[in-house]
Amino acid sequence: MLGLNKKDMTLLIAVAVLTMFAPFFLNPFPTDSAMAQFNAGYPDLMQRFVIFGIFAIGFNILFGLTGYLSFGHAAFLGVGSYAAVWIFKLFTYNVVPAILLAVIVAAVFSVLMGYVSLRRSGIYFSILTLAFAQMMFALAYSVLSNPKFNLTNGETGLQVYPNDPQMFHPEGMQDFPHLFGLYMNSTYTMNVGPWAFDFNTGYYLCAVVMLAVFYLAIRIFRSPFGMMLRAIKSNQTRLNYTGLNPRPYTLAAFVISGAYAGLAGGLMAAMDPLAGAERMQWTASGEVVLMTILGGTGTLIGPVLGAGFIKYFENIFSKINDAVLHQWFAFLPDGLEDFVVFIIHPFVGKGWHLTLGILFMLVVIFLPGGLVEGGQRIGKWIKNRGKSEDSDAGPKTEPAE
Amino acid sequence: MDAILLQILNGLDKGSAYALIALGLTLIFGTLGVVNFAHGALFMIGAFCAVTLQRFLSLSYQTVSETEKDFLGNPLKVETPYVESWFGPEIGASIIDWSTPLAILLAIPIMMLVGLIMERGLIKHFYKREHADQILVTFGLAIVLQEIVKYYFGANPIQTPAPDALSGVANLGAWFGLELAYPVWRIVYFCFAALVIFGVFAFLQFTTFGMVVRAGMADRETVGLLGINIDRRFTIMFAIAAAVAGLAGVMYAPINPPNYHMGMDFLVLSFVVVVVGGMGSLPGAVLAGFMLGILESFASTTWATTTIPGINQIIIYLVAIIVLLTRPRGLMGRKGVMEE
Amino acid sequence: MSKTTMTRRGVLKTGAVAGAGVALPTIFTASSAAAYTNEPTGSSVTLGFNVPQTGPYADEGNDELLAQQLAVEHLNGEGDGGCLNTFTSKALKGNGILGKKVEFVTGDTQTKSDAARASAKSMIEKDGAIMINGGSSSGVAIAVQGLCQEAGVIFMAGLTHSNDTTGKDRKANGFRHFFNAYMSAAALAPILEKELGADRRAYHLTADYTWGWSQQESIAAATEAMGWETVNNVLTPLASTDFSSYIAPVLNSGADVLVLNHYGGNMVNSLTNAIQFGMMEKVVNNKDFKIVVPLYSELMAAGAGENIKGVFGSMNYNWQLQNEGSKQFVKSFGEKYGKPPSNSAQTCYAQTLLYADACERAGTFNPCGVAEALEGFEFDGLGNGKTMYRADDHQCFKDVLVVKGAENPTNQYDTLEIVEVTPAEQVTYAPNHPMFGGDEASLGTCNAG
Repeated sequence: MLGLNKKDMTLLIAVAVLTMFAPFFLNPFPTDSAMAQFNAGYPDLMQRFVIFGIFAIGFNILFGLTGYLSFGHAAFLGVGSYAAVWIFKLFTYNVVPAILLAVIVAAVFSVLMGYVSLRRSGIYFSILTLAFAQMMFALAYSVLSNPKFNLTNGETGLQVYPNDPQMFHPEGMQDFPHLFGLYMNSTYTMNVGPWAFDFNTGYYLCAVVMLAVFYLAIRIFRSPFGMMLRAIKSNQTRLNYTGLNPRPYTLAAFVISGAYAGLAGGLMAAMDPLAGAERMQWTASGEVVLMTILGGTGTLIGPVLGAGFIKYFENIFSKINDAVLHQWFAFLPDGLEDFVVFIIHPFVGKGWHLTLGILFMLVVIFLPGGLVEGGQRIGKWIKNRGKSEDSDAGPKTEPAE
Repeated sequence: MDAILLQILNGLDKGSAYALIALGLTLIFGTLGVVNFAHGALFMIGAFCAVTLQRFLSLSYQTVSETEKDFLGNPLKVETPYVESWFGPEIGASIIDWSTPLAILLAIPIMMLVGLIMERGLIKHFYKREHADQILVTFGLAIVLQEIVKYYFGANPIQTPAPDALSGVANLGAWFGLELAYPVWRIVYFCFAALVIFGVFAFLQFTTFGMVVRAGMADRETVGLLGINIDRRFTIMFAIAAAVAGLAGVMYAPINPPNYHMGMDFLVLSFVVVVVGGMGSLPGAVLAGFMLGILESFASTTWATTTIPGINQIIIYLVAIIVLLTRPRGLMGRKGVMEE
Repeated sequence: MSKTTMTRRGVLKTGAVAGAGVALPTIFTASSAAAYTNEPTGSSVTLGFNVPQTGPYADEGNDELLAQQLAVEHLNGEGDGGCLNTFTSKALKGNGILGKKVEFVTGDTQTKSDAARASAKSMIEKDGAIMINGGSSSGVAIAVQGLCQEAGVIFMAGLTHSNDTTGKDRKANGFRHFFNAYMSAAALAPILEKELGADRRAYHLTADYTWGWSQQESIAAATEAMGWETVNNVLTPLASTDFSSYIAPVLNSGADVLVLNHYGGNMVNSLTNAIQFGMMEKVVNNKDFKIVVPLYSELMAAGAGENIKGVFGSMNYNWQLQNEGSKQFVKSFGEKYGKPPSNSAQTCYAQTLLYADACERAGTFNPCGVAEALEGFEFDGLGNGKTMYRADDHQCFKDVLVVKGAENPTNQYDTLEIVEVTPAEQVTYAPNHPMFGGDEASLGTCNAG
C-alpha cells in the first residue's frame, strides 16, 4: 500500500498511531499524582517532539544515507523560522504561506551552502558547514539586528509587533498563527477521572506534517536514489570509477535535508511566533547530530526517538527541583528521605545536563546502534522468551549478529 | 606601527592557546583516529588544576575575631591559611602567590592520569567504531566532566591571579624606542606555549619512541606487523595530548578566570584550527593556530570593523572557508586522513 | 478576498485531514473553560520561577531561586516572615495568597530565548503556573514577557537591564522591578563628574547585542551631556573570551576613561584584561586612567576579584543598604543560606511579594486585576526604599545605587561599597522618552487568556 512494503507500512502505521494518540501515551499519570512530573503530554513539548523529529528525520537523510556529517544544519532551521515570522509580520498569521516560505528559503540557503561545502568530504565538509552556520548565527545575533537594518531582532528574537503591517490579517482575528481560522494554540482538554489529556491544534498540524514527511523519508530510503546515496557512503571512489558523478546526488540529499530543517523551523515559528538566533548556533546543530546518532543513524525511526529522548530530558528533568524530590520521597523516614534526595539532587533540576551526558555515554557504549537497537533487543528478547515458553528449551538457531 | 605590533602580540597570545589545544587534538586524530569532543574539557580541567591548587594552598583555619563583625553582625571568623602558619606569613603568602606556576607540576601527572584513564577506560573501545559514535561518547564525556566541575566550583568564573612578580606590564618597546607595553604574564604564556610545542616536536623527532609513533601515524598496520606494540605507545600519546591541553589550561587561568564551560568555548574553535591546519599535520595545527589568532586580533581593530561591520564576529570562519576551498586538505593536511 | 469562506473551507479541509486520526469537532480554547488562564481552583496556587540553571549564569539563577523560595516561605507564614514585617502594604497575612497555599515550579531558561519560552510554556501549560518570575538577561526577559502576554499570565522580569523591556517591548502583562540602562546612566553621570571631572575622554567597549547597545547609548548620552567626549565605541562579540585585542588600542587612543558595557563573563574577562594591561596605573592627559562598569552584580564582582578595586558602577540594590526592609531581608536570607543576597535575588524576592500583595489587594488572581493593582502602586519596606510601579510602562522607580569596588574589603562579601544613593527623582524619565520607544511604544491591552 502507498508503494511501501509490509514492514515499512507497519512502521508507518505504528508511527501514525503513536503520534495521533500521543496525548494519551504521554500523559500516563494522573494530574495530581506525584508522578505527574514525568508527564510530557502538554502542547508545547508534544509540538517540540514532533518538530525536532522532523528536523532529525531530514538530517538523517543526509547523514544516515550519505555519511556526510553536517555541523551546520541548525542554520536552515533558523532561516526557516525567520522567514516564517517575517510572513507573520508582513502579511498574515496564516501558517500555510509561512511554512511554505520557510521551506523554500531554507532550501535556497542549503543549495548555496551545499554547493560550496560538498566540494570537500569528511571532516573538511563538516567544518565548512560549521563555519557557514556559525557565520550566519553571529550575523543574525548582532550585525543583522542593528536599528538601521533589523532583519533578525538579535538576542531577543524576531517577533510580531502590533505596529507591523500584516497586510492580510483581518480585523477581529486573534493575534496568533492559525490555519484558516484554527488557532495553533487552541487546546481541548479532556478530563477522564483524575487524568487530563490535551488535544492541541498546533500539535496535530505538526503531527500530520511529520507523518507526511516521514512517509516521504521512507520512500527516499527505499528508492533508487536512496540506494545511490548509500553507495556514496560505502565507497565513493568506486562510484567515481563506474563513471557516476556523486555530487548531484549528495547535493540533492543536502537540499532535501535542508528543506526538512526549514520545515521544522517554519513549524516552530507557527507554534510560537518568535525566532531566536540561538536556534542557529553550533550547539543547536550539534544537538540534531546527537539526536540522530543517539536514536540510530541510518534507521528510519531512530532520529525521531533520539529527538524525543533529548527534548524529554531538557524539558522534564530540568524541572525536578528539591521540593519535588522531597514530595516524592516523603513516605520515607526523615533521615533516609534527605539522603535519597541528596543522592538524586545532582542529577536533576540544574544537573539535567549531567544525566544527559551520562545517558549519551551509556547508550553509545551499550547500544552501538542507538536507541533503535535497544528496541530491537527488547523485541528480540520478548520474542525469544515467548519461543522458549512455547517450545521448552528449543535450541537457539539465531546467529549472534 | 605600535598598534600593529601590539595586535601581532595579541594574536600570538591567542594563537598560543589555539595552537596548544589544536596540537593535542591533532595528536589524538593523527595517532588514534578518534574525534575527541572532550578535548576542550581537558583544557578546562587543566585550568581548574590551577584553581584547585590555589584553593588547596589557601586552606585555612578559622579564628573568631573579637573586634570585626561579619555581614550579619556576628563576630567575624578570620581565616588564616595553613601554609602561612606553617611557613610563616611571608613565605606562606608567596607560596600562595605562586600557586599557578606551581600548578604545572600538579597538572602534568593529573592530566596524564586523566588521559590514561580516558583512553584505557573509554576511548580504547571506540577505535573500531564509527566517527559518529566517537563524537557522541566524547561529547557525553565532556558534558559529564563539565558538570562535575560545575558541581564543585559553581558556574561563576574564579580569579586565579598570576604571581605578583609576573603580573605587571613589561615595556617591550623600550629597546626600540616604541611605545609597546605588554602584560608580563601574556609574554610568559607565549614563551611557555612555544616551549611546549618545541618539546612535543623534539620528542617526536629525536626519540625512538617518537619515531615509532610517527611511523605508526603514517602506517599503523605495517608498524604493528614489525612486532612493535603500537597500541601502548598510542595510549601514551593520548596521555601526552591530554597533558598538553591541560598545560595550556593551567597557564591560561590568570589570563581569563576559568569557568566550567570554557572548554566548550574553545572546542569548536580548536576543531576549526585543526582542520584549517590540515588533518594529521602537527605543524599545520600550530601554524593555523597562530595564523587564526593573529587574523582574529587584526579583525577586531576599529579599522577592520568600520570597514566591514561584524568582521570580528566571523573572521575565523571566513578564513576557514577560504582556506578549505583553496586548499582541499587545509594548510598542510595529509591525504586520506578523515576524508571519508 | 472573502475571508469567511476561506475560513470555513479551511476548517472543513483540516477536519478531513485530522479525521484520519482523531476527530476535532470544534475549536476549544483553554480560556473557554475558565475565567482566565490557569485560574487556581484548589487550595493552592502555583507560581513559576524561570531562572537560568545551566550555562554561564547558573549561579545568578541559583541565587534568584533561593530568594524566591524564601519569599514563598514567608508568604506561607513559615520562617521569620522576612519583609512581610516591614512591607508598607499590610494585605499579606502569611497565610498564602488569598488563603491559598503558595506552591512553585522551577524551570531552566539556559539564558536562551527559545529554551526560556519552552520552560515558561511548560509551567503554564503543564503545571498551571499563574505567574512567571525571574531570568537573568534582557533577551530572555523580552521573549518570555511576550509569551506571558499571549498566554494571559503575569510576568515579573528578573534581572533585565535593557531599556527595551519596559521601553519599546513593554507589555501589559509584564512588570519590571529591576532598574534599566537609562537609570544607570542618569545615576552614574553626576558621580562620575564629581569624582573624575567634567572633561574626560571615554572609550566604550560594548557587547554586540541589544542590551549592550541600549546601555552604551544611555551612558554616552548622559556623559556627553556633562561634557565628556566619547572617543570611540567598539562592539565586541558576545562569544569573545579574550579581550586583549580590544583593550590594547585603548591605550593609544588618547582616552582616559574606559567604559565596559559588558555583563557577566564578558565583563569579568574584559575587566581582567584591562587590569592586565596596567590601565589602572596609567596617567593619560595628566589624569589617572579610570574604568567604569555601568552595571555591576555581586557575582561579577566575585568573578573579577581584586580587579574591581576603584571601578565605578551602578546597582539596583546592595545588601549593605541600611533601611529597615533591607536589614530584615539580609537577615532572613543570610540566616537561611549563609551569605548575603545578590541584587537580582532581592529583585526576585521583592517581586514575588509584590505579586502576592497585588493579588490580595485586587482580591483575585486574574492577571488584569493584578496588573491594575500593581499599576501606580507605591510602597516601601522591601529593601529599596520608597518605590513606585509606574502605570504607563510598568517600570519601578526607586533609588539607584552608585557603587565602587572596595579598596579594602574585610570579607568576601563587601567587595563593593556604596558611593551614593541616587534619589528616584533624578533617574525618572518620561514614559515616551525616545530611548524607550518614543510615542509608539504602548503596553497594549491586558490579556487574561
